[in-house]
Amino acid sequence: MSEQADKLELTPDSFKRVGANDTDAQEKISAPSLTFFQDAIRRLKQNKAAIISFWLLAIIILISIVSIWWTPSDPNAQHVAYANLPPKIGNGIPGFTGQANVGGQLVDKYAQANVPKGTYYILGTDYLGRDLFSRLMKGIALSLLIGMLATLFDLMIGVPYGIISGWRGGHTDTIMQRIIEIISSIPNLVVVILMLLLFTPGLGSIVVAMGITGWITMARLIRAETLTLKTQEYVLAARTIGESPFKIATKHLIPNLSSTIIIQTMFSIPTAIFFEAFLSFIGIGIPAPNASLGTLLSDGQKTFRFLPYQMWYPAAAISIIMIAFNLLADGLRDAFDPKTNN
Amino acid sequence: MSATNSDRPRKKLVQVQHLKQYFNPGKPNEVKAIDDISFDIYEGETFGLVGESGSGKSTTGRSIIRLYNPTSGKILFDGQDISRIKHRDMLEFRREMQMIFQDPYASLNPRMKVKDIIAEGLDVHHLVKNDQERDARVNELLNLVGLSRDHATRYPHEFSGGQRQRIGIARALAVQPRFIIADEPISALDVSIQAQVVNLLREIQQEQNLTYLFIAHDLSMVKYISDRIAVMHNGRLMELAAADEVYNHPLHPYTKSLLSAVPRPDPMYERSRHRTDYDDSIEFDNHPRTLQEIVPGHFVFAAADELADYQATAEKYLHEASALGKSPLNA
Ligand SMILES: Nc1ncnc2c1ncn2[C@@H]1O[C@H](COP(=O)(O)OP(=O)(O)OP(=O)(O)O)[C@@H](O)[C@H]1O
Ligand SMILES: [Mg+2]
Repeated sequence: MSEQADKLELTPDSFKRVGANDTDAQEKISAPSLTFFQDAIRRLKQNKAAIISFWLLAIIILISIVSIWWTPSDPNAQHVAYANLPPKIGNGIPGFTGQANVGGQLVDKYAQANVPKGTYYILGTDYLGRDLFSRLMKGIALSLLIGMLATLFDLMIGVPYGIISGWRGGHTDTIMQRIIEIISSIPNLVVVILMLLLFTPGLGSIVVAMGITGWITMARLIRAETLTLKTQEYVLAARTIGESPFKIATKHLIPNLSSTIIIQTMFSIPTAIFFEAFLSFIGIGIPAPNASLGTLLSDGQKTFRFLPYQMWYPAAAISIIMIAFNLLADGLRDAFDPKTNN
Repeated sequence: MSATNSDRPRKKLVQVQHLKQYFNPGKPNEVKAIDDISFDIYEGETFGLVGESGSGKSTTGRSIIRLYNPTSGKILFDGQDISRIKHRDMLEFRREMQMIFQDPYASLNPRMKVKDIIAEGLDVHHLVKNDQERDARVNELLNLVGLSRDHATRYPHEFSGGQRQRIGIARALAVQPRFIIADEPISALDVSIQAQVVNLLREIQQEQNLTYLFIAHDLSMVKYISDRIAVMHNGRLMELAAADEVYNHPLHPYTKSLLSAVPRPDPMYERSRHRTDYDDSIEFDNHPRTLQEIVPGHFVFAAADELADYQATAEKYLHEASALGKSPLNA
């Protein structure tokens, strides 16, 4: 060591000042500024499954928006003469030829039922001759409506409930948490059945049941995160500056909770959709003439062995919706919170 | 390092009286973060608060700025009990007292742009009339803390620790407070940047006649910036005196142990330096202890029967000093 030091003689001239006075250049940050969301979206775009899911959902949402004003035919109109027609698309795509296998022979059902030329049912008809494609469109739209309502409850009840409970702490928190425990100890199904005593079965009772229980998970997650956020120094700083609790919630808490909120919404939408389908399937959901994925499945299931198409398409629809939402939610979680991923 | 002139009667800006701050009181996990401390901070001075990690320094700062409600005791700011400030005067209090936080990585909201972070106080207190004025003031503040104006539209994660700490300082200065609590503003920074931030704080103090409560965990930096220093340990004050006194004539064994940990750029001294460890069992002999004034302005946490010892030590320092032909108080 000392030999080296002897050889290496250092004088003030050996040193050169490197822009020490040039603070502007020193402090300059040259990378383009990305907001947290831009960064998250950049990461999300690298996730193929999430992007495919996103576009699938976009298409599905578009279809259901269209169905509000237009469906190929009236989804509830019955043509008993045209009952149980198989799927048919004009130019003979396999599986959509309008033919059915009866006793080992392919029979053109459309000809048998004297369906006028040029009238097709893309996904066939059900036992009352209702157009399944129109019904499926309506069913998907209903499912998405349920999903929207679930989001609404998450945002309108779950988020404020969680923030207030976590922020206030103390007795308020204890009481609010006991309430949540009581509510969540009652199974959803029991709540719906109790609702049936008050309301006729239908969208109303499903919505009320969701309003009672659907936001619980969101509230719990938000509360837990608020508890950690409120001890963060930037929140303390906002308090010492004199920011009001409401402003602290909107300026500091919610932006920092946003990833949790978005991800949890993405998970609660498919849960709600499945909940509605399940209730309709067992017959205490959407009542008879109206289409929902649950009623379509339930009808299709009765004749599944002879007319499988009546169940395949609604089953495929609900599966795609559920998987797409879940994959997108997973992708969003990884994009928003890169730490948990790696 | 401003007004230490003792001829002029000095105004007490902050008075902490028998402050106790317990967390989870009455529960099994009770923490006595602060256990009966009293001190005053004079207007225009820098009051250093030193102690090891967990001694209750941040808690003291946070109680003074009313982030916590004291378990007992009183804190007066400008003569007014802060726990009794009425709702409509609260905003004014929030403007006069500000805090610079300990952790530069946690003290800035990651979802806000730097200009909105700095301007938060301006918005809350309606200190600017329109957006141009707001931007102008933000640029002025960025300039003051040595950042450039193109930093205004960036997010905190794009900055280094030292730059973030300066953003935090700009935020505190935005509302033109009279009193700033600086909670270890430099301990998370590199040594080279520490000096920059300390100098910045001193310059601003001289310009704007600020009063500081400067919190730190070791004495080396505080003694340069503080007029008086209080040494804290386990939620209590062990010693309180003028900065030079604490540094050169420590009385309490805990202060001595803290000092023995401070490295000096002196190889001869460093070669012979040995750490004296503090044995806190001496506090548990059931003798009631309070802060006692040993020599004027120099307080030590002591029991009645220890006073004589401390006085003897103080006497000894006085002799050493006069042997060297200097008065101890302005050594
Ligand atoms: N909110 C809280 N709840 C419970 N205990 C707490 C809380 N805040 C602080 N404490 C405890 O109080 C004691 C003092 O903490 P404080 O943060 O004031 O220490 P400090 O002197 O600032 O330490 P450091 O130098 O590490 O910042 C510690 O034992 C800590 O665990
Ligand atoms: Mg601290």
